[in-house]
Amino acid sequence: MKRTVPLLITFIVGAVLILAEFVPHEPFGNFGEDFSLYFDIIAVFAFLLGGGNLIRVHVTKVQRKKKDWPFSIVTLVGFLGMLAAGLLKIGNPDGIQGDVAKLGSLFNDLYMFIFTPLQASMFALLAFFVGSASYRAFRAKNLDATILLVAAFVILLGRTPFGLWLTSGLEGSLSFLQIPNLANWIMGVPNLAGQRAIMIGIALGVISMSLRLILGVERTYLGQDNE
Amino acid sequence: MNGNGEQKSLVERLQFIDRRIIFLFIAVAVVLPLLFGATLKEETTPIVQELFDFIEHLPPDSRVLLSFDYGPTTAPEIQPMADAIVRHCAERDTRLYMMAIWATGHNLTGSTIEETLKPEFPGYVYGEDYINLGYKAGNQGLIRLLFDDFKRMYSTDANGTAIDEFPMMQQIKNLKNFDLIVSFGGGFPGIKEWVLYAGDPGNIPVGGGCTAVSAPLLYPYYPNQLVGILGGAKGAAEYENALITKYPAYGKKWMGGMSLMMSQAVSHVVIMLFILFGNALYFILRAQRKLETGGGE
Amino acid sequence: MELLRSRIIIGITLLSMVLMFGSALAQDADKRDVLDSTAVRVGTFKKPVNLPIPAQLDVVEDSEGDAGSSITVSWLPSPDDGAGKNNVIEYQILRSESQDGEYVIVGSASRGMTQFQDATTTDGVTYFYYVRTISKDGGANSQISAGIQSSPQWFNTKDLDTFIIGLIICAAVIYFIYHAQKGKKFFLRQIAGLEAVDEAIGRATEMGRSILFIPGINDMDDVQTVAGITILGRVAKTIAEYDTKINMPVSRSIVMTTARETIKQAYVAAGRPDAYSDDMVHYLTDEQFGYVAAVDGIMVREKPATCFYLGAFFAESLIMAETGNSIGAIQIAGTAMPAQLPFFVAACDYTLIGEELFAASAYLSGEPKQLGSLKGQDVGKIIAMIVILGLCGLYTVASISDSVSLLDFADKIKGLFSAS
Repeated sequence: MKRTVPLLITFIVGAVLILAEFVPHEPFGNFGEDFSLYFDIIAVFAFLLGGGNLIRVHVTKVQRKKKDWPFSIVTLVGFLGMLAAGLLKIGNPDGIQGDVAKLGSLFNDLYMFIFTPLQASMFALLAFFVGSASYRAFRAKNLDATILLVAAFVILLGRTPFGLWLTSGLEGSLSFLQIPNLANWIMGVPNLAGQRAIMIGIALGVISMSLRLILGVERTYLGQDNE
Repeated sequence: MNGNGEQKSLVERLQFIDRRIIFLFIAVAVVLPLLFGATLKEETTPIVQELFDFIEHLPPDSRVLLSFDYGPTTAPEIQPMADAIVRHCAERDTRLYMMAIWATGHNLTGSTIEETLKPEFPGYVYGEDYINLGYKAGNQGLIRLLFDDFKRMYSTDANGTAIDEFPMMQQIKNLKNFDLIVSFGGGFPGIKEWVLYAGDPGNIPVGGGCTAVSAPLLYPYYPNQLVGILGGAKGAAEYENALITKYPAYGKKWMGGMSLMMSQAVSHVVIMLFILFGNALYFILRAQRKLETGGGE
Repeated sequence: MELLRSRIIIGITLLSMVLMFGSALAQDADKRDVLDSTAVRVGTFKKPVNLPIPAQLDVVEDSEGDAGSSITVSWLPSPDDGAGKNNVIEYQILRSESQDGEYVIVGSASRGMTQFQDATTTDGVTYFYYVRTISKDGGANSQISAGIQSSPQWFNTKDLDTFIIGLIICAAVIYFIYHAQKGKKFFLRQIAGLEAVDEAIGRATEMGRSILFIPGINDMDDVQTVAGITILGRVAKTIAEYDTKINMPVSRSIVMTTARETIKQAYVAAGRPDAYSDDMVHYLTDEQFGYVAAVDGIMVREKPATCFYLGAFFAESLIMAETGNSIGAIQIAGTAMPAQLPFFVAACDYTLIGEELFAASAYLSGEPKQLGSLKGQDVGKIIAMIVILGLCGLYTVASISDSVSLLDFADKIKGLFSAS
């Protein structure tokens, strides 16, 4: 029973949703959007579990004075502070009835002056990590790696004016060898072809995986071993 | 120590150089051009020029829908293109309808209006020349609904005023009443959804401004479904170049895209130099090892 | 008598003159009325105004493949659309519930458009339509359509080609699962990343350090996350047997509960239920960069020996992978996000590319039924390859030979595989 009921639900819901994709007649036509909404509602309630877990983990750390416990206080203050600012609409010009992110509210100030710069800083780390990853990864160890290296060079140069300056002398029938043109060709032809092939493979993989889940062949996600 | 228990040579140490040295070089390469205000003009490529020309040929009072579908993380790349296109549309005396299908886009719409449109075009009147419709949830479902009935979803503007009170909303019934839709943003939902659920079925011209990483995925839509694409800071700089060529007064103004291009160019060069350096060390080390094994036989 | 006769003649003559003059006046009035409706008075002159040539109704029908309440109105564009001095501004579509009844505007279409979908109809009610062509001088009406009703359809015929192709691929998957169950063996190429899973877990066990498992940043409604969790089930079984530590920070609450259940069952199956703890899986934050900042902190502090990144990732992928590389961890990544694959390939030791992520669970299980489903995918790939090569060849030949019929044929085949 413990195994059969979840599998039956998975099969029925999976089959109905596939059917709903092709049957516009009521009630099937709206199933896709309706079930998506149901999931969103469940996810919102499930957030209580996640938030509760976060508080419990960090309160335990503080209570037991585990390693780095002061940072748990920072986490708790940040979490509860933002929650209070949003729920209670602290400093909101329109009071408790106002839009939670109203300009001038504490929530909006915390979002604009703490959260947004922190987000931007984390994103900016990518610039540094691209440098260190490139230094380590682009080595001409074999033919494939060398082709990758040359392509990366062409693209890097092509995205700067130096690429055009270096090859501006190539005109007429040789203009396709200008680095910016080569870079656009690499991005628009072999790169795009490769991406499309990967996407076709992904789509087929999704079909196969979904069928395995719907038919009950794959049950690991239920926490059970497959028979 | 290397694998033989001997002290690592300089070449070996350099090959596995501390990442923080690379970070330092990158930081200098990015920050110095910004500090000195160095800019770099970019020649406008056809994919950007097409969008520029389309907006340039829009008659006055044309209706342009601008969708701010990005957040603070990608704002450094996308905001310059949003500013450039808003400026261009205002120069052409078009009506600007601004909205967002990303929650974070709502604030960015507001800052574009406050920092670019209002100061530079004081003659533009809210409700007659431009309007902020705000954010609505629903992703591609929202676009589908707007395609049929715009006011069903947007019954008020971002400030809660009834939509029918604005003269510029009188003629708007659905997305097909717009002369151009421009979506800023490279994520989901974004330019692709505007093409799939509005531009293609309604034969409405759609343009896009996205991050450099997302741009290649949109190339297949150009030129049949997308009028033009601005990809990354380079795309923004190219559009700004086109704007300055047509409207030379902007040459004296600080332009976000062009100000980023020198940093981007210098940091690209730094990365390339490090790649060359790393490969040189690799080949030197390989040759040394060959000599050592050759010498040992 | 003579006087009377002459008076009668004069009277008749006068009456005739009055009648003649009166009718002439009336005719003039008619002309004036006609003129007034189509002329604009300019000073003492009346300037004639030309209305646009009206569009002609083409097809008015119940919209295809929908849940009802929609009628599609198509028309042939006015010759003045885009040309001529009476350039069309827009088309208005008017509707009534009776042919002679009052017509109301239900929508409009810009110049150049030839179709409008009226999505406000009530099923079973008969409607009549006409199209008014609007220029700056006024409007001209098309003929009125025959009565039409909207109704819902049970099958969306526009998706028939998708349905058939999907059916073929599903049938192939089920066919190979069935044959695998019967004992047929299928060849499967080696996937380096999956062959390295046991080695990676063993490394962590020997070093006495933990395994970090990241199931992506999307929720359980994303099939990539489900794929990540199914792989977790396999990995957790080995971890439970070796008694290796696992740390799984997640960014979604539902993923947290599912992952806990998966790992718990693995420990129970390994006969070590007491070794399981709920703290193995903990929630951080839904926010992308907040999550990756926390994960980086965990990596730098706890220095896991092995990192698994299996699921949906966005811009944070390189940040995690580079940090993992800096602490010397062995990293196995897998995602179906094409834009993130290059970052994982550059920074990780092994990368599962796209479909390999979905195949991983079947691959690791080694079960015939699961392996059979992988074979079914290949049928889809073969169809894709044949169609791509075939169409490329057709278009090439058509372009070289300038054959219109070949081009039409190729377009028809292409249309079968295009999204409607």
